[in-house]
Amino acid sequence: MKAERFARLLVLVIVVGLPALVVAARSASRGPIELRGVMADEGGWAPAEITAQVGQPIQLRLTSDDVIHGFAIGQRDWPAVEVLPGKWTTTTLVFDRPGKYTFYCTRWCGPNHWRMRGTIEVAGDETATVSEAPPLYVTLHLDLDAPHPGDVAPVEKPSAARGAQLNVAPQIAAGAYREQRPAQVWRYLRDRASSSTLTDQQVWDLVALAWRSNTTTERLAEGQKLYVENCAACHGETGKGDGVMAASLQTANTSDMPGLIGHGAVTPIDFTDARSMLGANSAILQGKIVRGGMGTGMPYWGSIFTEAQTWALVDYLWTFQFD
Amino acid sequence: MTPAAHRLNLLDRPSVKAALVNRWPQLILRIVALAGFLIAIVSGLIGTPVGSHNFGIVFVWIAWWALLMLIAVPVFGRGWCSICPIPLPGEWLQNGAVLGPQKKGFSLNRKWPKRLRNIWLQNIAFTLVALFSAVILTQPGITAMVLLAFLFVAVGASVIFERRIFCRYLCPVGGFIGLYSQLAPTEIRVKDAAVCAAHTVKTCYTGSADGYGCPWLLYPGALTKNTYCGTCLECLRTCPHDNLAFNIRSLGADLRQPAGRKLDEAFKAFIMLGAALIYSAVMLGPWGALKSAAYSIGSGPWLMYAVSFLGLIFGVLPALFLLAVAAGRALSGSKATLKKSFVTFAYTLVPLGLTAWMAFSLSFAFANFSYVWPVLSDPLGAGWNLFGAANVSWQPYLTSIVPALQAGVLIAGLVWACATARQIAAETQAERAALIHALPVMGFCCLVTLALMGLLIA
Repeated sequence: MKAERFARLLVLVIVVGLPALVVAARSASRGPIELRGVMADEGGWAPAEITAQVGQPIQLRLTSDDVIHGFAIGQRDWPAVEVLPGKWTTTTLVFDRPGKYTFYCTRWCGPNHWRMRGTIEVAGDETATVSEAPPLYVTLHLDLDAPHPGDVAPVEKPSAARGAQLNVAPQIAAGAYREQRPAQVWRYLRDRASSSTLTDQQVWDLVALAWRSNTTTERLAEGQKLYVENCAACHGETGKGDGVMAASLQTANTSDMPGLIGHGAVTPIDFTDARSMLGANSAILQGKIVRGGMGTGMPYWGSIFTEAQTWALVDYLWTFQFD
Repeated sequence: MTPAAHRLNLLDRPSVKAALVNRWPQLILRIVALAGFLIAIVSGLIGTPVGSHNFGIVFVWIAWWALLMLIAVPVFGRGWCSICPIPLPGEWLQNGAVLGPQKKGFSLNRKWPKRLRNIWLQNIAFTLVALFSAVILTQPGITAMVLLAFLFVAVGASVIFERRIFCRYLCPVGGFIGLYSQLAPTEIRVKDAAVCAAHTVKTCYTGSADGYGCPWLLYPGALTKNTYCGTCLECLRTCPHDNLAFNIRSLGADLRQPAGRKLDEAFKAFIMLGAALIYSAVMLGPWGALKSAAYSIGSGPWLMYAVSFLGLIFGVLPALFLLAVAAGRALSGSKATLKKSFVTFAYTLVPLGLTAWMAFSLSFAFANFSYVWPVLSDPLGAGWNLFGAANVSWQPYLTSIVPALQAGVLIAGLVWACATARQIAAETQAERAALIHALPVMGFCCLVTLALMGLLIA
């Protein structure tokens, strides 16, 4: 009987105690905020809403429950954190201004990757909030959803380098070009008497020169980086709208394959389509990026990109039209 | 020459006998196994859903499965059943004790219905688990639910029925372990059946102050095969005449016993062989659509997968085998009925099936065993590092020799199966007729081996 009692004690200690210890240790180890990532179709970030105080560090323990994700805070130049399946990564954030910050996945994890977002509500002294000017497309009262076909188009891709060799000033004021549509500028230049000796294609080269003169190599490089990281999956590396995710967007909600949540079938815009692009201006492109496509599946990036990043991206988009 | 002359009784060594008869070593192993089993459930329920970092997935489906199929079953037969944690809580409840026999336990001790005294329910249970295995094997939460279900059914069976009804008639794993244990080089048998015959009390079946009556409802004096002996060792403890032996014997000795071959066991052989083929295609093959179909339970593609799965196991394989048996029977002029020939020759598939599973297990065991170390340090995937191994990277072991090992195992299985077919045919026919009778079955085994070679190695 003594042996039986001892055996029961042993069972109690090991069989009950050990698993209980594991459960207790798990509960005790939940120190910082645990942020788990899964693909948006399965729920996205959990929790999706976090609160913080200005100046007070918040420590996040990040893990992925399915595939590799990335974690970054929108409109902040803090480096992205890689979030690996089954592994924990710790990061500490300190916000110096109150506001609502968006955190998002930086790795293409599925057709609804861009929906994998959450917010950090940072409370603090509201007077420290910096009021920002509305974006250009708002101040111009542009209708982003209105069609903007160009009525003219070049025979071949216009080249800023060829335009520079013409030694003719394009005469577009710096800064104003963001409101100008290339097709309109081409008509304006075409009608000028000083351009009468130029061919139509040469006038287009002047337009390309005007657009190139209003950006820098650094901005284009930044825009390209942003494009590759955030846009190419749908719009394609060459801008033709044939990215790796484009096919799954087209089959959205039409098959057993996971499609785009809450949207009908869509086709990413082809940035190499001259008729469509040359009738738009930079402000429209800014608006599309900041606001998103409103039902077309195009994500909104206003809470992710800074204004400078958005303009860099817009500048890069023009390189699909102009060499 | 008597059968005993081919056997080495390990109980002749006092130290081995003491270790096996004493309850403590077995209890310690059982307690460790049960603790591990419960931690697997806990990790499935509250641990990371990432299978490769979850104790439940890594220990159950990689470590335990590999050890079971590569070592435990081939060497010890039902040795795993001796320490299996699943029936323990129910058995302890039933016995009212965890160590020695007590007078009062808690069970209605009902008899198991006669018409269910076969392994058809085990066949169905395994088939169901196998059908959903793509999900069960990869999702810790589902694994935990399945393990909990096993535990629940086992406890329920112990509370309602007598002895180890769950193990004997319900356990999906026990069914195939029993089938393949016929090949093992170990067995528990009586030394002298005459001693048993003269022992009127039969404490090995009824129990005594020293131990329980056979929990597996067997009379050891009539034991000729390992199939249903759970190696619980109780008969070693209850026999007052020291008439039990724990023998080392030749491989596959039970296949040479013509008695006791049954249709339910024959179909178990088909289920296992078919499942090995399908697993190899789904889990190791390059067909993404097949993999997706197996995962997407309830979808149209999955229904097609399920129909194909069941069709292969219960239709195509048995039908092809029946054709082979019928051809051999006709060519050799055998007088045995087709049904009897079908059942009898199906035991040819026992060595073929075990080696198929060994080859399949080799393909992932060495490739994935390195997941064990970080999971030991961090069983829930919670970021712990208990033993300093949490950051050990995944690294496949022995990749260069695994294909050769697989090929060797498959060829050995084919040779063994062919030899078994010939031996089975020779039980009723002369040598030449037996060879003719066995040839089509050998051809079937060659085809299956070629398919496995293609799926696992090519």
